[in-house]
Amino acid sequence: MSYQYNIGCSLSNLKGIREFVRNILKDQHVPEIEMSAIVLALDEMCSNLMIHAHHCNPDHLLELHIDIPEHGKFIFEIIDDGSVFDINEFHEPELDNLIHQKRKGGLGIRLVKAIMDNVEYLKRGNKNVCRLTKQLNIGS
Amino acid sequence: MVHIKRLQEDNADIISIIGEIDASSSIELDLTIAKSLGEGFKKIIVDCSAMEYISSAGLGVFMSYIEEMKDKNVPLVLFGMKEKVANTFSILGLADLLHICNTKQEAKQLADELSV
Repeated sequence: MSYQYNIGCSLSNLKGIREFVRNILKDQHVPEIEMSAIVLALDEMCSNLMIHAHHCNPDHLLELHIDIPEHGKFIFEIIDDGSVFDINEFHEPELDNLIHQKRKGGLGIRLVKAIMDNVEYLKRGNKNVCRLTKQLNIGS
Repeated sequence: MVHIKRLQEDNADIISIIGEIDASSSIELDLTIAKSLGEGFKKIIVDCSAMEYISSAGLGVFMSYIEEMKDKNVPLVLFGMKEKVANTFSILGLADLLHICNTKQEAKQLADELSV
């Protein structure tokens, strides 16, 4: 099964992204704790892209694709044509530094890496694809 | 979307978060905590029982006040978190950096102990 949602790069659209992901995961009987974590990871990735690659321009679009090739296996792709924001190349700050510098950013990347099994970046034509994968053991 | 309410009990400012805190609404949490500190409250307690969601933007707000509150000797205690929300704090190891209790009673008691 596959699903798609197109979103303008406005932070006010994050709520819609969370609802879209939540509804699909609910249909797949994903338990609430795992579901909340995955919803969070996608919110973090989309808000990072909106802020850093698109400067919150609502005319810029992100495409969110969810593909479920087999029961319990989830492939999420966020596709855009902005500059690449590769979290694998971003050095996440230590928690102590965050407190000391009173920085309000930098935690999201840590969350995404902890929640998802894999985060990779691909090129598809002129588009950037950020692919996140997650395998869950859920009853059928 | 989020609603944030404040009420005062036994000299503590109790901030209730109702709804979801994300990159778009975290500014409201930030302004509320700044206001509470600015008004000179010596104990700040955050009621998380109606908080359905928090992303890193909201967590970052709490983190950014840790040092200032330590300097001012104002304890910040959170209570009543739902399991799905508590999970976000524990993924990052924030449960060790922030004061988190189960009930309001425990939170008030801890705030009293910390403010001595």
